[in-house]
Amino acid sequence: MTATEILFWLLSALALFSAVMVLISKNPVHSVLWLIVVFFSISGHYILLNAQFLAIVNLIVYAGAIMVLFLFVIMLMNLNSNTEPQRNSLVKLAGVVAGCLLLTVMVSAVRSAGEISKSQAVMNEGDIGLIQNIGKVLFTDYVVPFEISSVLFLSAMVGAVVIGKKE
Amino acid sequence: MPIQYYIILAAVLFCIGVVGVLIRRNAIIIFMCIELMLNSVNLLLVAFSKMHYVTAGNDNKSLPLNIGSDAQIFVFFIMVVAAAEVSVGLAIIVMMYRNVHSTDVNFLNRLKN
Repeated sequence: MTATEILFWLLSALALFSAVMVLISKNPVHSVLWLIVVFFSISGHYILLNAQFLAIVNLIVYAGAIMVLFLFVIMLMNLNSNTEPQRNSLVKLAGVVAGCLLLTVMVSAVRSAGEISKSQAVMNEGDIGLIQNIGKVLFTDYVVPFEISSVLFLSAMVGAVVIGKKE
Repeated sequence: MPIQYYIILAAVLFCIGVVGVLIRRNAIIIFMCIELMLNSVNLLLVAFSKMHYVTAGNDNKSLPLNIGSDAQIFVFFIMVVAAAEVSVGLAIIVMMYRNVHSTDVNFLNRLKN
């Protein structure tokens, strides 16, 4: 077992454990912190796949900006485990069973797909994830969607201000 | 690393997100579970980009070397849209908290009042 495989299994176990902890934490602040752990482990997966640009963007945008925004809103509302609304246990059981059934369908579909059984995701090599190549593709082939996304950000900003301001 | 491992990891993360949306009532936790689902799909897209990179490279040596970059550009745009979505969504949650003093989604089961 090489170091890459050990890292893959460690990061996968960390991601799954933290994702489960996001669900079962009573305190919303703890959920946010566990979700940050999930994002860090997914960034580790990106680095293993040699997609360094996405790893850093994932850390800066998700673990940095978005999660700080979530924490800010939770602390603004003063939510804690005492005020946490709970569904009744029958609905919880139904939700877990539905999720497990969806997982069963997906896993059996993957296991029965013959074409991908020999496909490998190449690790630790290939330079398509480096900033140089991503930037070249982004500013030649995808320059129009890139500019449109700036309009999207502007409208999102205007929308957030309009929704959030007092009457 | 075989691609099935990545597909199954992303499927498990996605299903954890689906279960979270179904079993929690706090609107912020539901929103975080949606972010979890988006991230599992991002991980799968990056894994597929590296798979496509090696399969296309083996078939034809004359192809350009940035053959799988499109998937990573898609992941970049998913992150862009997610950031815009979070800003608007959290504004909606704050407005809802200001009206009903709770983030329980069961208060939203009627649109009137």
